[in-house]
Amino acid sequence: AAEEGGPCQSKMAGADGDDSLYPIAVLIDELRNEDVQLRLNSIKKLSTIALALGVERTRTELLPFLTDTIYDEDEVLLALAEQLGNFTMLVGGPEYVHCLLPPLESLATVEETVVRDKAVESLRKISQEHSPVDLEVHFEPLVKRLASGDWFTSRTSACGLFSVCYPRVSSTVKAEIRQHFRTLCSDDTPMVRRAAASKLGEFAKVLELDYVKSDIISLFTALASDEQDSVRLLAVEACVSIATLLPQEDLETLVMPTLRQAAEDKSWRVRYMVADKFSELQKAVGPEITKNDLVPAFQNLLKDCEAEVRAAAANKVKEFCENLPEDNREQIIMTHILPCVKELVSDTNQHVKSALASVIMGLSTILGKDNTIEHLLPLFLAQLKDECPEVRLNIISNLDCVNEVIGIRQLSQSLLPAIVELAEDAKWRVRLAIIEYMPLLAGQLGVEFFDEKLNTLCMAWLIDHVYAIREAATCNLMKLVEKFGAEWAQNTIVPKVLGMANDPNYLHRMTTLFCINVIVHCCGYPYREITTKQMLPVVLKMSNDQVANVRFNVAKSLQKIGPVLDSNALQTEVKPVLEKLASDTDMDVKYFAQEAISGECLSSSTIVDKLNT
Amino acid sequence: MTKCSKDALRCDNSCGGDNCVKQRTKCALLIKSAASTAGIGAVPASRTVSCWMRPEVWTGPASPPSPSSSLICRYQDPEPADLSMEEESDTRKINNSFLRDHNYATEADIISTVEFNSSGELLATGDKGGRVVVFQREQESKSQPQRRGEYNVYSTFQSHEPEFDYLKSLEIEEKINKIKWLPQQNAAYFLLSTNDKTVKLWKISERDKRPEGYNLKDEDGRIKDPSTITSLRVPVLQPMDLMVEATARRVFSNAHTYHINSISVNSDLQTFISTDDLRVNLWNLEITDRSFNIVDIKPANMEELTEVITSAEFHPQQCHTFAYSSSKGSIRLCDMRQAALCDKHCKYFEEPEDPSTRSFFSEIISSISDVKFSHNGRYLMTRDYLTVKVWDLQMENKPLETYQVHDYLRGKLCSLYENDCIFDKFECVWNGSDSVIMTGSYNNFFRMFDRNTKRDVTLEASRENSKPRAILKPRKVCVGGKRRKDEISVDSLDFSKKILHTTWHPHENIIAVAATNNLYIFQDKVN
Repeated sequence: AAEEGGPCQSKMAGADGDDSLYPIAVLIDELRNEDVQLRLNSIKKLSTIALALGVERTRTELLPFLTDTIYDEDEVLLALAEQLGNFTMLVGGPEYVHCLLPPLESLATVEETVVRDKAVESLRKISQEHSPVDLEVHFEPLVKRLASGDWFTSRTSACGLFSVCYPRVSSTVKAEIRQHFRTLCSDDTPMVRRAAASKLGEFAKVLELDYVKSDIISLFTALASDEQDSVRLLAVEACVSIATLLPQEDLETLVMPTLRQAAEDKSWRVRYMVADKFSELQKAVGPEITKNDLVPAFQNLLKDCEAEVRAAAANKVKEFCENLPEDNREQIIMTHILPCVKELVSDTNQHVKSALASVIMGLSTILGKDNTIEHLLPLFLAQLKDECPEVRLNIISNLDCVNEVIGIRQLSQSLLPAIVELAEDAKWRVRLAIIEYMPLLAGQLGVEFFDEKLNTLCMAWLIDHVYAIREAATCNLMKLVEKFGAEWAQNTIVPKVLGMANDPNYLHRMTTLFCINVIVHCCGYPYREITTKQMLPVVLKMSNDQVANVRFNVAKSLQKIGPVLDSNALQTEVKPVLEKLASDTDMDVKYFAQEAISGECLSSSTIVDKLNT
Repeated sequence: MTKCSKDALRCDNSCGGDNCVKQRTKCALLIKSAASTAGIGAVPASRTVSCWMRPEVWTGPASPPSPSSSLICRYQDPEPADLSMEEESDTRKINNSFLRDHNYATEADIISTVEFNSSGELLATGDKGGRVVVFQREQESKSQPQRRGEYNVYSTFQSHEPEFDYLKSLEIEEKINKIKWLPQQNAAYFLLSTNDKTVKLWKISERDKRPEGYNLKDEDGRIKDPSTITSLRVPVLQPMDLMVEATARRVFSNAHTYHINSISVNSDLQTFISTDDLRVNLWNLEITDRSFNIVDIKPANMEELTEVITSAEFHPQQCHTFAYSSSKGSIRLCDMRQAALCDKHCKYFEEPEDPSTRSFFSEIISSISDVKFSHNGRYLMTRDYLTVKVWDLQMENKPLETYQVHDYLRGKLCSLYENDCIFDKFECVWNGSDSVIMTGSYNNFFRMFDRNTKRDVTLEASRENSKPRAILKPRKVCVGGKRRKDEISVDSLDFSKKILHTTWHPHENIIAVAATNNLYIFQDKVN
């Protein structure tokens, strides 16, 4: 009879056994269930299992079993690697923490990068729980084994472990560790060299300054001129950390030759990396070198032949300028950077232009009012007329920086056509993006300008043929009302919205209801006059609409309006309509009407009583 | 039982099926390894041994691998029965395959690609039925040194299934177009296999331990009464017969509008390219949800299309260089350092056309069917319909060497056009030291050219004409005039027997030749 039986069946019978063991027994058995989800579940409760087994059995039985469980799916291994990082107490405390090394060592050799990385992370974590003696007796040999492993997976994992044990071992072992790291930096496989390059900065940080100068610099130079560009580009990152470690006077001789070379590398990917890390590099090498070396390098990156590099550099324009030494910042920007920026405004590649557009407005705060008006404004205006909508959007979304410096009026002449064009763009995602900036623009331009120029646009979006636009337009209305107040809503928005209630298109009629929902929501109780006098009659009238979708949205709207109405209006006007809708021929209308009736506002006992009779 | 026993023994072994272990996981067919005691018969019980491997190993007169040294010929016939993922249906399948005549091959059994891994220990074949069969080289044994070099079935799995693209109303064949091994990174092996649209990364790994001991079940698998559980039991790993499993680790899909003709793994071990008729896409081996298009030759107006990409390959050492060949007979070399998009090439290899040989077929026969970098990265080899050419990367205007593969067909282009053979895509390979090149021809012939001695040889891979362990005899095709003994006349060549796919062991003189549904492995004679 017990051919197959799940835990449930057995649980009922298990009255006599040790109840506390049963759930653990299930967890242990499910460690190798065929269902990955169950295995994963068990692994995630590994601490429960270990707790039940006790520290001794965890060390002698559970860990050996886990060490050989590396056949499993990635997600199970990932969970296991993570668990083992928090297992110190479960194996008996720091004294026994080295028992966790074997399973983590085997996890550090699997082919899946995420699993390996997690195993390394856990190893780094438990390394701190090793006593200095244990670190040399157990941990450091493991690092060496990984570092001299046959397969590159183990060697890549080793790269991440040197820096955690180096500070805590004796000087002989330190020398060995440095030697291992050196070997891995010139490994045959690019995978290992990449891993070493990406850990170079971190390792440099724990090394004594003398060794940084003697060892790390030569490794850094070698990796930065590796034959594979995938290795060279990682050396750029290391450059930042190394430069921070060295005294200013050594930078010129030890780091700058390599950095200059990287900025002019034959491979665009390396130059891209330099551009991408430019702000960090700038901070690391200090103002003097920045002025002499980085400014020309940055100019070159802004003029690079590869668009990807130009885009990455363009992204950094503002940050770079901000971080320039203040004494001659303006002069450097005006004579060196701005000419390049001007060229980028008419770049052939739209990604470059749009990267620039997302930061260019930030320059106005740095350059001040006069320079902004004279030099930057023409660029903003040019970008507002760019053929690529993303460029225009990026300008519009950053208007606030300019607003602070020169006020937005300077721009408004060009702004309006740009906004109108975006508002009518054929791509609905572009329209959606500009709608999202509307509240921001409205705030900056002021209510007058808005009413005059933009209000019609906002109303037009309400009858867009794409639902997402109508929805966003509705939401936009809400934000505008929040900004300009209920009175404004009453005078400018409500009449137009209510006008749509008679639109022949039922989708537009529904939009009226959606708009009413949000206006009621933000006008709230103090302005319920608007609701009862103007909006409620319209909603009630729409309950006779011939389209069921409109009718059930009436029910939904009434439910939302309810809380701001007085009981008189509820009883005499709303209730009869809902009752009528509750007996509608359409199922959905009925359903939502009943929902509304049983909703908060109408569920007072009197109403319920009346409905029941 | 020894590996090289008689055919009959082999049959005994597997028909009994008792020694065979069959297991399966969600998407992996686990097959007991050939290394176990059951010997090479240890394939899934669902398969007759005879269609797996014919251990007829035979010896005979000599013929050269590089044209001068001798080769021993063996052949293996990886004609897998229908692989089925359903356990229940396996028994039926056995019966089917028993009834099958060995010499009769279905379309699905035709080998469509063959590739050694970087150590030469493994050899993979893919077929039109979407299956991949991996062979492993027998380990050295003192008692039988001649066994060294024999390749036995190691793993077999269904890599691709036929699919249907509902949006385009297009059937997607399961045929494996290319297999590429990744350099070994841990104890497991990895390969990329591709059909027309989808590239998959497969892991082939061994397992020799199995956990034993349950808390809630007894040894026979019966559920225990929970009330009897008084102590917890942690499973213990026990040795078991070696199992080889193949698991699909990644699926790289939805990036190709046209048919993928080649894939190539980069020497940075991080990326690979997949190439279709008009585009080359760059992938990160760890990321499946996006790829970068680096070459696009699709004209805005498809009516202006004049050439297609036929093959592409990464440089063996320089991770930034790759080459792609075109249907117009040219090869472009691209440098990924220069720009993110490699539509502009940095070198263009093309031989000016000889006006005297110009004909209606010139353009068709100049189309390049395969391009391969030499191992040292100095040369490119290309195969067109009638020749193999070796190009020096430093010389773009003409090939360094040109070898005639089957010039005697020049007079028969008309009929080859009519039977579509003129569109056959022959591949070409280098030997380990780049001194010899090999490529296929018709009538189960394949050709080798020694670049140093300028000697060449035609060999034949066929069951009828080579005996087990025989040394291959050079063949000759006579062109007009009197036919000498041992010569074959051009008119009697069988154009349905073509050798399109071959591969050469990376270090040794071992070659694998795919002749329709048969795989022949030849190696230097072992003394």
